[in-house]
Amino acid sequence: MALLDVRNLSVDFMTPAGALKAVDDVSFAVREGEVMGLVGESGSGKTVACRAMLHLLPPGRRRRVAGEAIFEGRNLMAMDDAELRAIHGRKIGMIFQNPSSHLDPLMTAGGQVAEPLIYHEGLTRKEARSRAIELLRQVGIPDPARAVDAYPHQLSGGMRQRVMIASAVACRPKLLVADEPTTALDVTVQTQILRLLLELRDKTGLAIVLITHDLAVIASTCDSVAVMYAGRIMERAPKPELVARPKHPYTMGLIRSQPSRAVPGRELPSIEGQLPAPGDLPSGCRFHPRCAFAAERCRRPPVDLEVAGPDHVTACLRWREIGQAA
Amino acid sequence: MSAPGISAGETAGASARLRRRVLGLPVLVHVGGAIVLTWLLLALLAPWVAPYDPIAQALDVALKPPNAAHLLGTDNFGRDLLSRIIWGSRLDLQMGVFGVLFPFLIGTSIGALSGYRGGVVDMLLMRLLDITISFPFFVLIIAIVATLGSGLLSFYIALALVGWVSYARIVRAQFLVIKHADYVLAARSLGFSPARIVFSHILPNAITPAIVFSMSDAVLDILLGASLSYLGLGIQPPTAEWGLMIAEGQTFIASAWWIAFFPGLAIVSLAIGFSMLADGFAEYFGLRE
Repeated sequence: MALLDVRNLSVDFMTPAGALKAVDDVSFAVREGEVMGLVGESGSGKTVACRAMLHLLPPGRRRRVAGEAIFEGRNLMAMDDAELRAIHGRKIGMIFQNPSSHLDPLMTAGGQVAEPLIYHEGLTRKEARSRAIELLRQVGIPDPARAVDAYPHQLSGGMRQRVMIASAVACRPKLLVADEPTTALDVTVQTQILRLLLELRDKTGLAIVLITHDLAVIASTCDSVAVMYAGRIMERAPKPELVARPKHPYTMGLIRSQPSRAVPGRELPSIEGQLPAPGDLPSGCRFHPRCAFAAERCRRPPVDLEVAGPDHVTACLRWREIGQAA
Repeated sequence: MSAPGISAGETAGASARLRRRVLGLPVLVHVGGAIVLTWLLLALLAPWVAPYDPIAQALDVALKPPNAAHLLGTDNFGRDLLSRIIWGSRLDLQMGVFGVLFPFLIGTSIGALSGYRGGVVDMLLMRLLDITISFPFFVLIIAIVATLGSGLLSFYIALALVGWVSYARIVRAQFLVIKHADYVLAARSLGFSPARIVFSHILPNAITPAIVFSMSDAVLDILLGASLSYLGLGIQPPTAEWGLMIAEGQTFIASAWWIAFFPGLAIVSLAIGFSMLADGFAEYFGLRE
């Protein structure tokens, strides 16, 4: 059974102009110890989907959230604040894109790692401090006995991200939602952080939802992948299958436009056009205005996910024809 | 040796780190702090450092200009001005501290509640604030003190009722911004209760401007207390208090200038001390250029 099973998740932001569909009928599942990549352009709804499922959307905005997120047999979407607090930090941790702004500037690194231990597990300050030093060591911070007293501004970006990871996994959660954890970091540091996440997975059986726009990150870390576009899942498959046999033109475009595949002297292929605005979505397949294979029936609903192989689903109506053409 | 990513100088012990941090404060903080600390010491040690009894009259030495026996001269009752100023510092410092403390606590709580909760709570509290500031500040203080009867307690009550508005505004504005800060979202993702998030993450980050303001507010409160005493609504004679001493010396300003001049100088010096502290800390926390 899956550790986390998200079913038909939809998020609408209510505006004076009407409801904006940020996430539309998204489903995916994560098994224990699995790294699931959620890939898509900025604005494709990947972050909103994960935050909605954890009730961590910015407060104040009017919205409508529908669907289920079954975690360990219980629906996160139906939980009240008190039940969620027992899940957050203890069972599900989250790390964010910008470690500089997601750490409290007035609290030491050790303090931020120790805080969940004191709060959730009732450790004394002293116990929590030594556990924090141990955790800082585990996430690869050199000289943790000294770093424990450092404030975030005294640490580099990579170190801050490590502190945030240590804080998120301090209470040994089952699931870590990592929202673009490497985007704000140097390329060399990116690799280290991804390796650290995989190490944590191997040691503790942690499952990870890795939100990213970078297919290279997916290729190097994930076990399975869900590709999102304009609030919808376009394709979902185990990673080797998706990379070798993509069944959706959008996935193919993403794979082709990776800088690592660039041929010297030739322009890097890109996907023409832009992501549609959530208030002005095309009918039918949302990708059809940018799709080289778009046909008349792509402009009309319904576009449902079709099974295109073992554990492989695609939202492309023409995946059979495209597969033969490619 | 310093580990990668950790700035040098993190090796030292806590006390050495504290010393370095104090030395690293702006010059304004050092000078202002020295002035305030001097007055604080004089106030605490008044019984031992004041050469004379501040209220003992000695009419044979009345109205003497500064001399060897009375360094700052004597007033019309022959009371030693230096002793009166030293004893007066007890009251004036107290007015500065307590005059700030209660408005600070009340204003911070209201501002935090208002900014964090928002909605109807915010609306009601802010209307209450509007009503309070729609009255002229001094007039309202004087009206409250006049109603409650003169004395320090009425002065503090009046300040608490009126002075909280500035703190509430400052803290509310900070809360409005910080409650949406990324590190608050991160704290929510760790499953902390709203109370913990407010007290351990938002408040420490929101309170700095209020602390800086409280230092300049202390100046105003000292001046206000002195003004009330001057008007006869504060400290009553023969107690030594700077504002009262100025009021008493006013009659003799042409013939015996020192009676009003030295208490005035004392007020100015303490006010400058607090102002420098406020400016220095503002500079240190990066609130002003």
